[in-house]
Amino acid sequence: MRRIRDASAVAVDNCTWVLARRGIVLATLGVVGGCSRGILDPHGPVGESERLILFDATALMLAVVVPVILCTLAFAFWFRSGNSHALRRPNWEYSGRIEFVTWSIPALMVLFLSGIAWIGSHDLDPPKALASASAPLEIDVVSLDWKWLFIYPQEQVATVNQVIVPVNVPVRFRLTSASVMNSFFVPQLGSQIYTMAGMTTQVNLMASASGAYKGLSAQFSGAGFSDMRFDVRAVSREEYDAWLKTTREVSTPLDAVHYELLSRPSVANEPSVYGTVAAGLFDAIVKNPGAPPVLSTEDNSDPSRR
Amino acid sequence: MLGNLTWSAIPFDQPIPLTTVCVLLLAILGLLTLVTLKGWWPYLWREWITTTDHKRIGVMYVILALVMLLRGFSDAIMMRAQLAVAAGNATGYLPPEHYNQIFSAHGTIMIFFVAMTFVIGLMNFVLPLQLGVRDVAFPVLNSVSFWLTCAGVLLINISLGVGEFSRTGWLAYPPLSEVAYSPGVGVDYYLWSLQISGLGTLLSGINLTTTILKLRAPGMGYGRMPVFCWTALASNLLIVAAFPILTATFAMLLLDRYLGFHFFTNDGGGSPMMYVNLIWSWGHPEVYILILPAFGVFSEVIATFSGKPLFGYRSMVLATMGICVLSFMVWLHHFFTMGAGANVNAFFGIATMIIAVPTGVKIFNWLFTLYGGNIRFTAPIYWAIGFMVTFVIGGMTGVLMAIPPADFVLHNSLFLIAHFHNVIIGGVLFGAFAGYTYWFPKAFGFKLHEGLGKAIFWCWFVGFYLAFMPLYGLGLLGATRRLQHYADPGWQPLMMVALGGAVVILIGIALTVAQLVVSIRNRDRFPDLTGDPWNGRTLEWSVSSPPPSWNFSILPIVSGPDAFWSLKHQRTPAASAVALQSLNVPKRSPLGFQIAACVTLMGFALVWHIWWMAILGLLGVLAVGLRNAWRVDLEEIIPVSVLAAHERAREARVAQT
Repeated sequence: MRRIRDASAVAVDNCTWVLARRGIVLATLGVVGGCSRGILDPHGPVGESERLILFDATALMLAVVVPVILCTLAFAFWFRSGNSHALRRPNWEYSGRIEFVTWSIPALMVLFLSGIAWIGSHDLDPPKALASASAPLEIDVVSLDWKWLFIYPQEQVATVNQVIVPVNVPVRFRLTSASVMNSFFVPQLGSQIYTMAGMTTQVNLMASASGAYKGLSAQFSGAGFSDMRFDVRAVSREEYDAWLKTTREVSTPLDAVHYELLSRPSVANEPSVYGTVAAGLFDAIVKNPGAPPVLSTEDNSDPSRR
Repeated sequence: MLGNLTWSAIPFDQPIPLTTVCVLLLAILGLLTLVTLKGWWPYLWREWITTTDHKRIGVMYVILALVMLLRGFSDAIMMRAQLAVAAGNATGYLPPEHYNQIFSAHGTIMIFFVAMTFVIGLMNFVLPLQLGVRDVAFPVLNSVSFWLTCAGVLLINISLGVGEFSRTGWLAYPPLSEVAYSPGVGVDYYLWSLQISGLGTLLSGINLTTTILKLRAPGMGYGRMPVFCWTALASNLLIVAAFPILTATFAMLLLDRYLGFHFFTNDGGGSPMMYVNLIWSWGHPEVYILILPAFGVFSEVIATFSGKPLFGYRSMVLATMGICVLSFMVWLHHFFTMGAGANVNAFFGIATMIIAVPTGVKIFNWLFTLYGGNIRFTAPIYWAIGFMVTFVIGGMTGVLMAIPPADFVLHNSLFLIAHFHNVIIGGVLFGAFAGYTYWFPKAFGFKLHEGLGKAIFWCWFVGFYLAFMPLYGLGLLGATRRLQHYADPGWQPLMMVALGGAVVILIGIALTVAQLVVSIRNRDRFPDLTGDPWNGRTLEWSVSSPPPSWNFSILPIVSGPDAFWSLKHQRTPAASAVALQSLNVPKRSPLGFQIAACVTLMGFALVWHIWWMAILGLLGVLAVGLRNAWRVDLEEIIPVSVLAAHERAREARVAQT
């Protein structure tokens, strides 16, 4: 146990770890400011609600699990053969009252947890819009081999392996994949969601403090998977606007040609930006994931649609 | 002539697999030479390879599982070593194309060829003895099942030296596993290996289910069956129901890969989501196929060594069958993050939690079995108590992940890895080792070394906590599974602790080998003369150790649960004093071995697109099958004189003690 504690103290330099019995990491809280990792240190409402559920459910279950562990050890020790004080009951095999209790305890526990699960599933359903005074920012996400493409459909800019969002503004991500499955996950913001070719998923997240948050793919996707990392930078509205302005001045467009270049398998791409984005690119990728996008400027009616 | 097979399939440029293969080949060659020089082939052929005796088949399953444990564990410790060094800018010693094969092989081997094989081996050995019958329902089929499993094992190990193994994880999610993204032979090795062994498992499930339902000693109603038989029944019912799904799913993926179908492809109307649903509607029952027999082992072990009947027998049976049914209704919890919607996620989350009720009841019943007992601290009860302590933690983290919003941040993280190792090592593997130690004297007539047995337990117990508790922490820090390297150097210390845990487990595995050697060498020192070394309660302890090929000279008459316990406490006439009657046992049969040889050839040929060889293999299966169908002489008779001699010898041994 000593070794685990020492190791983890090093592991999270400025985080204080509370290691519960048997080495279960129970409640770890970044007490000292600036601890910037992990799902126990969320910087957004979704992650915070999920952490609360995690803590509540763990505490509730520990109330049964810890006594069971202690009873197991105590019974085993007390009734060891050779303990002359123990009262043996060699034929005792049934007690209606005890059976009633042993069915009731887990049943009640599950009843309670089911409530948490039902309410939590609905409150934190990834497509559900977040309550906020600000209108949500829309970002379309495409997982490629092996990098993340972020398209800002309204702003008509795009980024690779980094995404800049204004702080305290809900972000509505629409996601798809241009090749295999991946999972879009920013541990400190909350819920992850799969990206799958030919269809879109949605997740709503919000950063409640400015900072850089690590994002990654949580679904194995092949050779370059380990480097499918991206940064989420949450900045003030002013900084965001300034960033948008400079980005729009970037001359590289994300058109069919540049998309084709980008979609070739590559590993550990440096973050980059595109000053303009061809209209309808995301929908074209959804419609025809593997192939070069068929971009129609006028309308989205694609004759090759199946 | 040889399809896609060329010299480039041999990994001459990769030192790690090449060395491994050379060492393995030398070891196998050495073993074969030894067997040949000693002239053991006729004995091996007669008594083991062609045997239809469920006990010997069970023993071979367990040996196979132990051997594959070595393979699966080598993969594990390589992965842990890689992750202990591949932090920050370092990328470790295993490149992704090799590392990805290793974790895919680790999962596949540990589930299909260690856990499954071990559990089926125990059931094979124990069930007929506990049920008080002479063999399983279909003894020749039993041998076929075993050898099909061996064929699967052989194929997966050939991939080490000829070609490559799958790099798509142990469940090979498409579209990654489709030809477009995995053009090599790795996925084909994976698919054919599991198709073949899966067929063996299904046949075994049918066999054991039939055995339990149709063959029981006179008087053994369902309410008197030992709990291990109940859990085995639930497990085998699940095999019969779930394995066809696996076979069908893999068949569709094979059609995609070989004939250009579009079941699960990105294009042409395919739906990878369908594969994920199908594979988990097999995959979730699969975990209960593994854990239920382990629950059965613990029920036997705890009752025996507490010197008490199992507390709440009817609750246990109800809980077992409840889990059996519920396990088919929860598969979606493996992909809450696919975006199915709040109602669907909540339904499957709650269904998952409901399984915790019967499981919790089981824990409480074991607890109350210990209560008031007279507990003898032998190695099997160490495993049982270690299991109870460990499993409730794994159960808790499992229920935690059954809450969809919690799963949204825990899914696919190392927290998940820690959870399922917590239940599979702490549950299935502890159960397998408890059963192995418990029934070893029954199989061989002498006990395993007790001190080493306890040392093995402590290594696994401590090693498990050291290896997997840090993974819970890493999961909370946002570390995902299947990473070949990671940027955050803050994860490294925990990764190193995990490697330390793996090393402790390695010591446990080395001690397992040592225990076998020491126990065999000193077999005269811990003999089991009576056939009842632990003061057991069920019928397997009523016969000699090892039992004769016909198990029971006279079928026992069962008058209540814990049949042998009540027999011991009422005076029953010795078997030799009762009128013995000659009986029939099934003859040995080479069918299983022959089918497996042909099927291995076929699988290998299909992997490499050597069509003529595949057809040859298939024809071979048909030929040996037909030849077997025309056999007339199926059984041999054991005359009364042999039975009487056996019983006299047994009584003499019992009198010695």
